Amino acid sequence: MVKKILSIALCAIVLVFIYAPILLLVVYSFDNSKIIDVSKFNFSFDLYRQLFHNSEIMQILFNTVWLALAAATLSTVLGTAGAIGIFYSKRKIAKPLQAVSQIPVINAEIVTAISLALLFSMVFLYRTYLSLIVGHMVLCTPFVVLSVLPKLKQMDPNTYEAALDLGASPSQALFKVVIPQIFTGILSGFMLSVTLSLDDYIVTAFTKPKAFDTISTYVYNAVKNGTNSSTPALRALSAIIFIIMIAAVLLINLRAGKKKKEAASR
Amino acid sequence: MAELRKDEKIIEIVNVSKIFDETAAVEDVNLYVRKGEFITLLGPSGCGKTTTLRMIAGFDIPTSGKILLNGKDITDLPPNKRPVNTVFQRYALFPHYNIYDNVAFGLKLKKIPVTYINDKGETYTKLRKLTRKEIDEKVKNALAVVDLEGFEKRSVSTLSGGQQQRVAIARAIINEPEILLLDEPLGALDLKMRKEMQIELKEMHRKLGITFIYVTHDQEEALTMSDTIVVMKDGRIQQIGTPTAIYNEPANAFVADFIGDSNILSGTMVGRYSVRFCNKNFKCVDDFEKNEKVDVVVRPEDVKMTAPEDGMLTGKVVSVVFKGVHYEITAMVGRSEMVIQSTQSRNIGDVIGMVIEPDDIHIMKKEFTVNKYDGYITKKNTVVFGDGEFECDVTQLYPGSHLDEEGYLITADGERIDLTDIDVTVEVDLKNIEISDNADEGGACGHIVSLIYKGDHYQYIVRTEENEEDFVFDSEDLWNENDYVSVKIKPENIRLTLKQENK
Repeated sequence: MVKKILSIALCAIVLVFIYAPILLLVVYSFDNSKIIDVSKFNFSFDLYRQLFHNSEIMQILFNTVWLALAAATLSTVLGTAGAIGIFYSKRKIAKPLQAVSQIPVINAEIVTAISLALLFSMVFLYRTYLSLIVGHMVLCTPFVVLSVLPKLKQMDPNTYEAALDLGASPSQALFKVVIPQIFTGILSGFMLSVTLSLDDYIVTAFTKPKAFDTISTYVYNAVKNGTNSSTPALRALSAIIFIIMIAAVLLINLRAGKKKKEAASR
Repeated sequence: MAELRKDEKIIEIVNVSKIFDETAAVEDVNLYVRKGEFITLLGPSGCGKTTTLRMIAGFDIPTSGKILLNGKDITDLPPNKRPVNTVFQRYALFPHYNIYDNVAFGLKLKKIPVTYINDKGETYTKLRKLTRKEIDEKVKNALAVVDLEGFEKRSVSTLSGGQQQRVAIARAIINEPEILLLDEPLGALDLKMRKEMQIELKEMHRKLGITFIYVTHDQEEALTMSDTIVVMKDGRIQQIGTPTAIYNEPANAFVADFIGDSNILSGTMVGRYSVRFCNKNFKCVDDFEKNEKVDVVVRPEDVKMTAPEDGMLTGKVVSVVFKGVHYEITAMVGRSEMVIQSTQSRNIGDVIGMVIEPDDIHIMKKEFTVNKYDGYITKKNTVVFGDGEFECDVTQLYPGSHLDEEGYLITADGERIDLTDIDVTVEVDLKNIEISDNADEGGACGHIVSLIYKGDHYQYIVRTEENEEDFVFDSEDLWNENDYVSVKIKPENIRLTLKQENK
C-alpha cells in the first residue's frame, strides 16, 4: 500500500516538474502586466488582443510556419528518397550510408550551425533564404530517414517485386505499392520535421537573412534586450502554441487507440 | 485459349549461372519447359531452385547464360515486360488495397491494342486501357476460379493464410500469363490446407492450360502434382524426369535419399548383373564394370521379410514404428542398417530374413574420391575401422582441444571427455594409403582384389578377410593380384568426424 502511494506520489512530482512552468505560463497569459507580480493577478484577455493586433508578431508567426512547412516538405521528399535508396542498396553500401545519414542527429547543433554559416559565406550565400531553408533541411532530413527506414523494413519486400511482376514500371510500383505502405512513416517524419523547424533557434540564428525573424529568434532577442514592449504578448502566443500541441497529440493518440480497438475487434 | 502443342518449348534455360558475392547460387543450368507442362523444381533450401525461378520472372539477371521464351532471348528483359506472373511464398499481397484492387492491379495497368479505321479508310491501332466493366468482369471470373466469390470488398488482413494465397493466385492468373511461377506457394499453410490446395492447384492447371513452374522442397508435393520434376542440389541439376522415373530410377545417391525413403548401401560389382553388399551377392538388372564401387538403393517397401533361414540377408530388429498404414522396421544387418516398410509387425530383438528381388535393386555409379568408414575410438585413443586399428589424432574431433597425461581429451572450453567407444566417421584419401608385405606393420591386412592401370598409376583395392572392408588407393608401385598385404595410414592422414554431428 505504502509502495503504491509512493509510486503515485513520485509520478505526480515528475509531472508537476514538467508541467508546472507551462501551466504557470498559461495562467499568466491572462495577466496583462508587463512585469509579473506574484502578489496580484490582473485577469484580462489583453495579451491575446495585443498579440493578434501586433502586425510584427503576426508576420513572424507567418514566417515561422512558412519556413517550417517548406523545410519539412523538402526534407520529407529528400529523406524518403534517401531511405528508399538506402533500403534498396547492397548491404555493403547500405550500412555505412545509414550510419553517415544519422550523424547529424547526434552532432551538436551548434557545430552544424557554424559549419553551415562557414559553407554559405564561402559561396556568398550567407544569410539568404537559401541558406536558411538548407540549414533547416540539414536539421530535419536525418529524422525523416530515421522514421521511414523502419517502415520499409516492416514492409514485405516481395510486394515491390509483385507489382513489377504484374506489369507495373519501377516508378509505378514505387508510387502505387511502396509509398502507400510506408506512408505513416513519411507522415511522422514530416510532423517531426515541422516541430523541429518550428522551435529551432541555433541553426536559424546562424543562417537567417538579417531582416528575417522566426518566433525563436524574436523571443530570444526580446528577452535579451529586456525592454521590448511586445514581450508580454509572447506569453499569450506561447500558451496558444502549447494548447495547439496538446490538442494535436491528444487527437493522434485518440485516433491510434480507435484503430487498435478496431483491429482487436476483428 | 489456343490449343496447345505439347511438344513446344516455351522456356529454355541455356548454360545459366548466377553468382552472388562470389558464391554460385546456380551453376550451369540447362533446362527446357514444354508448353502446358507442370514442372517442379525440387531441392533442399539453398539448392538454387528459387534463384532459377527468380531469373525466369526477371527479378534476378543471370551472371552468364541465356533464357529464351518462345525462342526469343528475354535474359535482360525487366519483369514488367515478361508474360510471366508469380505467386510468392508469403503471398506479397498489397496490404493497403482491398481484395478487388489487389486482383485488379495488373489489369488497371494493362493496355490493349485496338484497331480503328479513320475517315480515309486506313486502319491504325491505338493502345487503350481496359474499361471499368471489363475489369469488373475479369476480377469476378478470377475470384470464381479460386473460390472467393463475394470477397471483393474485404481487406487483406481479414483473410486466413489459405484465402490470401488464393487471392495471390487470382491476382497472377487474371493477367493470363503464358507461364505461372509458383515459389513454394503452400509453404506457409498447415498440412491439411496444403493437401487441399495441392489438388486445387492441379485442377487449376488442367482448367487454365497454362504452363506452371513450381518450386518446392517437399518431395511428396512434387511427386503428387508434377508432370516433370527437376531435382537440384548446390545450384546444379541432379536429375530431370517424370515423378515415376525419378522415384524408380534415381540418378544418384542424393536423389534417392531426397525422394522418398531409401536404404542406400555401399556395394561392389562382383560380375555381370551381380552386386555385393552386406557381405552377400545379389542378382541385379544393372550392368557395371567388375569391381566398380557403386551405391545400391533399395526402397524400404521392396524389402520382404521372411523366416531367418529363407532370407538372402538376416538381421536383428532394432526398432519398430507404427506409421498408420504400415510399420517401419529397422534391422541391423552386420553393421548396416536396413529400413523395411511392411504391413506386418515384428518385435524388437527378432531375427528376421530379408529377400530383395533383382528388379528392386537399383545401382548407381559412385564417384569414388575418398575411403569412408564407420569406426570407433579405443581406450588407447586409436581408431578401429576397416577391420584394423590405426594410430590417429583424436584432438581433431574438437577444435582447439588437447590430451592430458591420462589420455582424456580436454576441449577448448576446458571440458574433460572420455572418447572411449565414441562412434566416428573415418575418411582417408586415395593417395594417403600405403601397403607393405610385412603383416605386422600396418593396421589392417587383406588381399589385393583388383588393380586397374590408370595411365600413370595403378588403382588398387585391398579387401580384408573378416568383414570384407575395402581400402581403395592409388600407387605408382606394381603389386600383384591376391598378394596378402598390410595397410598403412599415417595418423595425420586419417580424418575423423563425430557421428552425432552428421545427423
